[in-house]
Amino acid sequence: MKALWNRLSVGGRLCLAVIAAYFLCAAWGGARSLRARLADETPAYNVVNVSARYQPPSATHWMGTDNLGRDVSARLVQGAWISFQVGIGTSLIAIPLGVLLGLLGGYFGGKTDSLVVWLCATVASMPGLLFILAISLIAGKGILGILLGIGLTTWVGVCRTIRAEVMKHRDRAYVQAARVLGYSHLRIMFRHILPNVAHLILIQFSIRFPGSVATEVFISFLGIGVQGEPSWGVMIGNARMRLWQGVWWEMTFVTLAIFVLVLVFNHLADELRDILDPALRNERN
Amino acid sequence: MLRYAVRRLLELIPTTVGILLLTFVLFNVVGGSSAQVVLGKNATKASIEAFNKRYGYDKPLILNTREGESVFDSQFFNFIKNVARGDFGMSTEHREPVMDVLKRGVGPTLSLTAPMVVCGTLLGLALALGCAALRGGAFDKGVLVMSTVLMSVNYVVWVLAGQFFLAYKWRIFPIWGYENAFYLALPVLIGVLSSLGVDIRFFRTAVLDEIYKPYVRTARAKGLSRTAILVKHVLRNSLIPIVTYVSLSIPYLFTGSLLLETFFGIPGLGSVSLNAINSADLAVVRAVVLLGALLYQVVNLVTDLAYAALDPRVRLG
Repeated sequence: MKALWNRLSVGGRLCLAVIAAYFLCAAWGGARSLRARLADETPAYNVVNVSARYQPPSATHWMGTDNLGRDVSARLVQGAWISFQVGIGTSLIAIPLGVLLGLLGGYFGGKTDSLVVWLCATVASMPGLLFILAISLIAGKGILGILLGIGLTTWVGVCRTIRAEVMKHRDRAYVQAARVLGYSHLRIMFRHILPNVAHLILIQFSIRFPGSVATEVFISFLGIGVQGEPSWGVMIGNARMRLWQGVWWEMTFVTLAIFVLVLVFNHLADELRDILDPALRNERN
Repeated sequence: MLRYAVRRLLELIPTTVGILLLTFVLFNVVGGSSAQVVLGKNATKASIEAFNKRYGYDKPLILNTREGESVFDSQFFNFIKNVARGDFGMSTEHREPVMDVLKRGVGPTLSLTAPMVVCGTLLGLALALGCAALRGGAFDKGVLVMSTVLMSVNYVVWVLAGQFFLAYKWRIFPIWGYENAFYLALPVLIGVLSSLGVDIRFFRTAVLDEIYKPYVRTARAKGLSRTAILVKHVLRNSLIPIVTYVSLSIPYLFTGSLLLETFFGIPGLGSVSLNAINSADLAVVRAVVLLGALLYQVVNLVTDLAYAALDPRVRLG
C-alpha cells in the first residue's frame, strides 16, 4: 500500500485526499443520522422550517435551504453517505461474485468455464440501465433494490477480467509447483493465484465505484431509488422544480458534489490502471 | 466460412435460452402475478384466482407434472410459445397488446438514436484520430482531460442543464415536442455530448494500439504522408474493436433513451419504458428488456459473421 502511494502522481494523491474528505463527511453524516434515529429525533437533513423556504446561501445555511426550508448542506452530507453505501455495497456484491466465477472458470476451464462464459454472455446481453431499473423495481423501491440491480449486473466485467488473467496464470511454474506439492484446488486458487491477480480487483473497484454512484443518482432521480432520504438523485429531482424561478443553489451544489466525486474517482482509476497494469502501460507510451 | 457460420449460430442457442430463463425468473417468478397491480389492492381472492387462471399464472412454473396435462403446459414454456408468436401479453397501463404499444414507439426512437450514434461516432473518431496524430502534444492532452471531465458529468445533469440553458434560458432550441427535425437537434446534441468522453477514450486506445506496429514504420519509410497512413492504414486496421464497440450500441438504438425521450416529449420506446416502470406495467418492461437482449444476440452474430467474411484470421483462429 505504501509503495502504491509513492507511485501515485501529485494529482492522484490529491484525488485520494478528496475522496478521503468525502468519506469523512459521509461517515459523519451517517453517524449523525443514526444517532438521530436511535434518539427518535428528526435527523438534521429532514428538519422542516417552512418560514425559511428557498433561502439563498448564508452564514446559517451555507448552501441555502430547499422548498421545505431544509438545510441543503445537511442533505448533501446525507447524500454523500448514501452514495458511499451504494458505491461500496454494489462492489461487495459484484466483486466477490465476479472474482469467484472468474477464478472458477479460468482455473478449471472446460465445462465449468463454459458455464461461467454462458452466465456472463446472458447477463451481458440484457439492456443495461433498463434491466437494472427492472430489478430495482421488482426488488422493491429502496436502497436494497439499487444495490441488487447494480450489483447483479456489473459483476460480468469483473468476472471477465479476472478469468482472462487467471487463464494466463493457470499453467505457470508456481501453480504447477503448488499442484505437485498436493495442495487442493481451493488453496491454489485462493492462496496462490488470487494474490497475483488482486491488483485487478483494486482497478475494478475504482472503475465500479463512480459508475455505481452515477447510476444511483439516475435511479433515485426517477423516483424508484432511495425513498425518504436525500439521495443526490432525489435532491436533483427536488431542485429541478424551482430552478426555472432562479433557485439555483440546491441544483448547483448537488451537481458539483456528484461531479467532483465522480471526476476524482475516474482520474484515480486511470492512474491505478497505469501503475498496476504493466501491459497497458507499455501500450500507452 | 460455412462451418464457422453454423458453429456461431449454434452458440446462439444457449445464450438465448439463458436470456429467456433470466427474463422469466425475474418477471414471472420474482415479479409474480400482476393480478394485484391490475385489479388493485382491494381485489377479492376469487377475482385474483380468476385473473391468474385466465392468464395462466395458476400453471406450474417450469415443468407440468400434473396428471393428464402435457409436460410442457407450464408458465415457462407458454411464455416461450407466446414470445415466439410475438405475443408479449397485455399492457396494464394502455389496455392493449404490448406489441402494438411498442410498434408505435420504434419510429420516434430511431429518429432520435440513429443520428445520435452516427454523429457521436464520427465526432469521437475524428477527435481520437487527431489525438493519435498529435499524441503527447497539447491537443491530445487537452482532449484527454476534456473527455474525463465529460464522462464525469452525470447523465441526469446533461439532460437538465441542456434543456435549462440551451432551450429555456438562451432559447436556441425548442424546449419540448416532436413536430419536426429541429425538435430533435437538442436531444441529439445532449446524447452525443454525454457519451463523447467514453467514446473518445475507447477510439483513441484502439487507434494507438495499431500505431506502433511495424507496418506503420514501413509506410512512413516509404514516404507516405502522416494523414495517408493514419486514414488508410491505421484506421482500417483499428476498425475491428471500433466496429464491435459501435455495433454494441445498436440494441440501444431500439430501446432508446429513457431520459431524453421523456424530457423532450419524444413518444419513443424510451419514454414508453420509463412510463411502464413508473406505473409498474411489467409486461411492457419485460418485452423491451427481452427484445433488447435478443436484438443484442442478432447484432453480435451479424458482426461476428462480417468479421469472418472480411478477415480470415477470425474464422480460422
